Amino acid sequence: MHMADALVSAAVGGSLWALSGGALAGCSRRLRREGDEGRVPLMGVLGAFVFAVQMVNFAIPGTGSSGHLVGTLLLAALLGPPAAVLVMGSVLLVQALFFADGGLLAFGCNLFNMGILPAFVAYPLVYRPLARRGHPAAAALLGAVVALQLGALAVALETVLSGLTGLPFRAFLLAMLPIHLPIGLAEGLATALLLRFVRRARPELAAARPEPAGRPFLALVLGAAVLTAGMLSWAASSRPDGLEWSVARVAPAGADAPDGAVHRFAARLQRRTSVLPEYALPGTEPVGTAAKRRGTSLSGLLGGAATLGLVAGAGWLITRRRRTLRARPEA
Amino acid sequence: MPSLAAAILDLREMDRLARLDTPVHRLDPRAKVLATAAFLATLASFGPREVSALLPLALYPVVLAAFGEVPFGLLLRKALLGLPFILVLGAFLPWVDRIPVLQLGSFAVSGGWLAFASLLVRGLLAVTTATALVAVTGFGDLCAALDRLGAPRAFSQQLLFLHRYLFLAGEETGRALQARDLRACGRPLAMREYGAFAGHLLTRSWERAERVHAALRARGFDGVLPARAQSAFGTAAWGFLLGWSAFFLLCRWLALPALLGGLLAGGGL
Repeated sequence: MHMADALVSAAVGGSLWALSGGALAGCSRRLRREGDEGRVPLMGVLGAFVFAVQMVNFAIPGTGSSGHLVGTLLLAALLGPPAAVLVMGSVLLVQALFFADGGLLAFGCNLFNMGILPAFVAYPLVYRPLARRGHPAAAALLGAVVALQLGALAVALETVLSGLTGLPFRAFLLAMLPIHLPIGLAEGLATALLLRFVRRARPELAAARPEPAGRPFLALVLGAAVLTAGMLSWAASSRPDGLEWSVARVAPAGADAPDGAVHRFAARLQRRTSVLPEYALPGTEPVGTAAKRRGTSLSGLLGGAATLGLVAGAGWLITRRRRTLRARPEA
Repeated sequence: MPSLAAAILDLREMDRLARLDTPVHRLDPRAKVLATAAFLATLASFGPREVSALLPLALYPVVLAAFGEVPFGLLLRKALLGLPFILVLGAFLPWVDRIPVLQLGSFAVSGGWLAFASLLVRGLLAVTTATALVAVTGFGDLCAALDRLGAPRAFSQQLLFLHRYLFLAGEETGRALQARDLRACGRPLAMREYGAFAGHLLTRSWERAERVHAALRARGFDGVLPARAQSAFGTAAWGFLLGWSAFFLLCRWLALPALLGGLLAGGGL
């Protein structure tokens, strides 16, 4: 369910960063207010446990495939939602930085989909009421299914609003939700089994569950989510072309038609050096749009190749120079 | 995600690279974090069909890696790890958008193929940059930089603790998995065994956390790990940050490859 940086536009990535960053700050403040900062080593160790156990695959009965735990619901049940969000945030950041799983720009999206939705929506609204009525297994199963479905819905929304994949929303959603149904069941089953083990082996851990998050905070998160969704859909409908509005606000002239002293100078320089202006091939009549387009794509290809060549050359030169420097430290 | 053993090896390799001493390693970590944020914002702000205009941005990860002595093979390996997901989601593009927008000789390139190429370039650039950033900064310094830039204290502390225990938890889980594999003769871990398998690891982790906490408290721990020596945001850091930001703006507002191509096509023929 990790979104990659390539799939996220600036507007979507930025909005969800703001939302998830705010949630992190809120959770952090909550822990401090409750005097729970002493729990930091416990959270660190449990984060490491979640990171490791995510790589332990188990066989899903009857399917021949295998699944693994994500763990937000488990953390919420053991530590409470604020601590669960902080731990998941740290795990997601490590995965983005070290394992190309997710990404830095998509970090806000991923924390929202896999941390905030399970801990602040599925946990209080599904898991806790069921668990209190004495159905811990059903609570874990249903809670995980709801969490994964919400997460899949959020992934589809974020991807489509980013507008970089061209996927139609309905088709993408119809693919995402059924795929995440068995994944949610497996997550729920794993969570239920782990919690049952903990209750039997170390009853005091399961009993020492901290006070649930207050309603005001949950309402705040939900309100912020609705607000962000509204803002995003407005942005998407008013600028269907790639959601560039964040940049368009800075450059009202539009980034496609840059204007300014630098650009005018570059344009003049280019007119003087090229045989025919407007990127057309010399020798062809630049009257038809087809001919003009061919000229543009040729110069675009040439320019792209030349840029890559320059970048690679710079890398090679720097590497070589550093090698000689290391070989002769006195130089 | 790679296997557990491979993940631990990767973490160790990145930590080793982060301990090197090069000009970019010596820069204030905050400058690198902010410049990378500017890089990502620039990358994300391009439209869905931009390909050649993205290419000059590759200079940033390449220069970071070259000065920081990060092997380019490592960057490429990481970039390939992130690709499958992008490939799956992007594979529909050429079918969704078939209107030709570009003519290459006798081939008409549709908007969908351009957008697909754009996704790939974005993915490569984002992953190589994130990898280069950790390799030339180190996770500890990165957390300290986030802390000084105003990240919530509990979160930066959580990151530091997580990094400390990743190796321990990873190796412990790896040993348990190996022990099970040796006795299971290739049988996959069944669902009903999972609770006991992962549960033992969980309770063991919890007990370790309690021991660690008691030991920390005995030494005066009050919820915040002591920070290491803090560097000042000097001239080099300002130069790095402002220079790269200016370059990113230049990339955003001038289509450098198109200009270069125009110069070459015009001047060369």
